Amino acid sequence: MEPVYPPLRQGLLAIFKRDLIIAFRQRSDLVNPVFFFIMVITLFPLGVGPEPEILSRIGPGVLWIAALLSTLLSVDSLFRQDYDDGSLEVLLLSPQPLFIIVLGKIMAHWCITTVPLILVSPLLGVMLFLDTETIKVLIVTLLLGTPVLSMISAIGAALTVGLRKGGVLIAVIALPLYVPVLIFGTSAVEAASMSLAFSGQLAYLAALAIFSITLAPFAIAAGLRISVSG
Amino acid sequence: MLETGAETQAIVPLLETKSLLCERDDRVLFEGLSFAIHAGDITQVEGPNGSGKTTLIRILCGLSTAYEGNLFWRGKPMNRCREQFCQQHIYFGHLTGIKAPLSAEENLRWMAQCRGSSLKGLALDHAVDQALAKVGLRGFEDAPVYTLSAGQKRRVALARLFLEPVPLWVLDEPFTAIDKHGVAELEAIIEQHAKQGGAVVLTTHHELSIDPSHLKIIRLGDAREGV
Repeated sequence: MEPVYPPLRQGLLAIFKRDLIIAFRQRSDLVNPVFFFIMVITLFPLGVGPEPEILSRIGPGVLWIAALLSTLLSVDSLFRQDYDDGSLEVLLLSPQPLFIIVLGKIMAHWCITTVPLILVSPLLGVMLFLDTETIKVLIVTLLLGTPVLSMISAIGAALTVGLRKGGVLIAVIALPLYVPVLIFGTSAVEAASMSLAFSGQLAYLAALAIFSITLAPFAIAAGLRISVSG
Repeated sequence: MLETGAETQAIVPLLETKSLLCERDDRVLFEGLSFAIHAGDITQVEGPNGSGKTTLIRILCGLSTAYEGNLFWRGKPMNRCREQFCQQHIYFGHLTGIKAPLSAEENLRWMAQCRGSSLKGLALDHAVDQALAKVGLRGFEDAPVYTLSAGQKRRVALARLFLEPVPLWVLDEPFTAIDKHGVAELEAIIEQHAKQGGAVVLTTHHELSIDPSHLKIIRLGDAREGV
């Protein structure tokens, strides 16, 4: 008797849809990260002064760091609610492989927390006196880089979801791994703002994205099993 | 109703444990625990608070790996047939896994889809409606679960048992927050499930009114008396 296994897509789509519906019903998950992002960036001109030269010099780095921190802040909620209401156990006992379900959850989380942030980034770029070409490259680097950030921080979130206060621990686990993404992301945007070639940095970012999207779900799944089993 | 033939069911137990040992905080909860759960069995895990009932249940359904010993599903070691085992059992725990912002219907639908249910579209809608009617929630299908009472929330989670026929039910305190009438109904449903060739493992502090000749009891908590 060979049991028939359902297509993997079914579990992925089910969890993706579920998380999107929940996010749209509790708006705070949707609004908080993008509000934080806008707040940090609007405070910079007030803090360092409104000179266009300074702002366009630090602009790419500021946008990237704000995106990185807002990812880090939002990731604590990635598995927290599922852990608290027991639906993580239901997911763990699903016949579907856990890495597929994890991938669906992180895709939904990325759409909820990061896509709005990428959508407002051109506007904030204009505010920091970045030119059109630079803003275009900035969006591409954010599109390639933020999935890597989500994947890396999800590993931290999976390992710490069983702890009462895991927030700081996630930062300690994930921040060192953010560094390459940040370096390639900002250096591509800076190269573009000086009209230099930036395809190398983009290629590295794309490689990191593929690497993390294919491999991180396995680490996250293992982390979740340890957290729930403890 | 179930996939295996009648002859093999009689010989090979659904779930078998061999010399399970579990320790928590240097206290042995149970050791040398060996038992078999056959199709048609209702097995009650008994013991005082803190005796390891929930721990045993979590080990049986594969959520906890903090044990020594062996588990077998239909005669095969558990780690080699995880997916098959997950398809053929339902775990109902203290935390129900019900999402409060979703309606009862939406909750059942994602749970069915994550289980890889073969039901699709209209067939799934129909199964969900029937399952909710069976736990007495007709008329509450579209209300967000956070508007329901504690007992109704538990009932939404219990409705999962009726979506599709699944051989093994693993129930941790299924009667919590359920009213008297609901408890009697649930007991009848558990008995019927066993009669149809399913198996049930449950923990409860409630006095079961199930025919004792059908009921197997695993007592935990003896280890503590030796300390």
